[in-house]
Amino acid sequence: MARVVLEGIRKTYPNGFKAIHGVDVAIEEGEFLVLVGPSGCGKSTLLRMIAGLESITEGSLSIGDRKVNDLEPSQRDIAMVFQNYALYPHMSVYKNMAYGLKIMGLPKEEIDSRVKKAAAILELTEEQLTRKPKQLSGGQRQRVAMGRAIVREPSVFLFDEPLSNLDAKLRVQMRLEIKGLQSDLGITSVYVTHDQVEAMTLGHRLMVLNAGHVEQLGTPIELYQKPASLFVAGFIGSPAMNFADARIDAEGQNITISGQAALPLGDGGMPDHGGKDVVLGIRPEHLELVPDAPDAVPMTVAMVEQLGADTLVHGHFGESKSNLTVRLDGIRTIAQGEVLPIRVTPDHLHVFDPSTEKRL
Amino acid sequence: MIENRPLLTFFSHVMLLLGVAVIALPVWIMFVAATHPDVRMTQVPLPILPGGYFFENLDIALNKGLSGQSGQGVARMLLNSLVMAMLIACGKIAISLLSAFAIVYFKFPFRMFFFWMIFITLMLPVEVRILPTYEVVANLGMLDSYWGLSIPLIASATATFMFRQVFLTIPDELLEAARIDGAGPMRFFWDILIPMSRTNIAALFVILFIFGWNQYLWPLLITSEPEMYTVVMGIKQMLEAAEQAPEWNVIMMTALLAMVPPVCVVIFMQTLFVKGLTETEK
Repeated sequence: MARVVLEGIRKTYPNGFKAIHGVDVAIEEGEFLVLVGPSGCGKSTLLRMIAGLESITEGSLSIGDRKVNDLEPSQRDIAMVFQNYALYPHMSVYKNMAYGLKIMGLPKEEIDSRVKKAAAILELTEEQLTRKPKQLSGGQRQRVAMGRAIVREPSVFLFDEPLSNLDAKLRVQMRLEIKGLQSDLGITSVYVTHDQVEAMTLGHRLMVLNAGHVEQLGTPIELYQKPASLFVAGFIGSPAMNFADARIDAEGQNITISGQAALPLGDGGMPDHGGKDVVLGIRPEHLELVPDAPDAVPMTVAMVEQLGADTLVHGHFGESKSNLTVRLDGIRTIAQGEVLPIRVTPDHLHVFDPSTEKRL
Repeated sequence: MIENRPLLTFFSHVMLLLGVAVIALPVWIMFVAATHPDVRMTQVPLPILPGGYFFENLDIALNKGLSGQSGQGVARMLLNSLVMAMLIACGKIAISLLSAFAIVYFKFPFRMFFFWMIFITLMLPVEVRILPTYEVVANLGMLDSYWGLSIPLIASATATFMFRQVFLTIPDELLEAARIDGAGPMRFFWDILIPMSRTNIAALFVILFIFGWNQYLWPLLITSEPEMYTVVMGIKQMLEAAEQAPEWNVIMMTALLAMVPPVCVVIFMQTLFVKGLTETEK
């Protein structure tokens, strides 16, 4: 177990492309940090820099109390789980797990006991240990890849989208297993994913990356309740947050969306931003169907998605035909073209500056 | 294609049988000739069925050779050929594996330049560079030696290129996993790359062994001692024993013996050979 501290980490490729524009974070002992963002945002690059597979252009990286910028991956006391597992195809499962330990020069008995222990944790049978990776299913291969990481007894686990090659059901199962394993072993972990559900469920803290910049760093709930920017607001939460152009009134107490009824901002309002044009964000789950509320907005239904537990209603409202998605619980029978009175649940408004895209 | 046309089936089978006959007939004649006494082979018509002198001829060919010559048997030539073919095949594989490894996994200045240099040597087969090569080998004192027979033929652009393609299909993550496991470059090469290209190595071995075995011009040039003759050039020299009628029984027996090792290599490595040339999944 160790703290991992990143200070001013930057990455510039030889062709001048800047992949990472300065990351500062201290990952505490035993913490599970998730790096999340769309593809190409630099999250994998950052992870590979921690692993030592990519060089660090600028900044300092320390694991424990050692500065590891220039150390080989094997000397950094880390273990990594790859997206496509990267198991050695010609070695048995046992040898795959033992290979790193053999190179470390551990005695045979020690290797054997570590591999057996890891196999027990991951519920791999004796018989499976003798098989080749090709003869295993995706989930089992994933387990072997984790086993190879566990036997090293590292201070830091690195996961590079480990679940993206699995089917949906297995993904949920392995997600729970990884979470359980991490909290049992208490090993500091960094996990890369583009899947926000994985990110929300696994991480103690999330770091949202966008084009090499850190958009926000915080607990999953902080990110959900107070997204720092339009990007984070749109990225975290499923279905994505609704955005609409709106205007705060002169006193800063109410907000109006394109000619519709004014909504109270509540909580003292935003007097500093009186009279300002803003972007208003509302999550689909914070909209409700209220038949005779005076401040309801009439939404024309364009499409309905029945999920069983929830019903997602996509539609538009107002002269500008702004798109809106509403999440209603339970099964609803709603026809296309119907006009529904929709009201915003109070106190769940997110207001962003349209020019800086930051939260106000 | 699933079709039911009896005539077409009949026609294809006839064509296939004819093809087999064209290939097999010379081999059959060779075998038949190797089983008759030498006198029989000079009479017309030539025999079609095997005779009873197979083992006598085998003994003559292996141990005595042609009657008019120094009494040098083919056994020594077979050994020479075997050593040369093995040295060439193994040497080519070792050198090509290492150079492909360097080209694919290391970044050094002029990497692509060197790759193309190797590639260009494809245009320079032994026959083109035979005089300078002879000069070099002669100056190094390697005439009439196994080293002289094999070393000039070892460098191989084809094999280097093939291993390069094989290594390019091996996912980068494996290299990264190995780096995290603490394997250095040579360890990665030995523990992971070589076992993973096992079938390709086998396929190439078959091709290169036969290439080495069939060498004719080069051994002819650099060997002058009968001790160092190879079997392929031996056959030719038997035909040129000008003073007397060719002893066809011994010559054909020698040809038969010369065929055995390549055929064995192909038969025993068939499965690996096919896998190595067709398998794509790593």
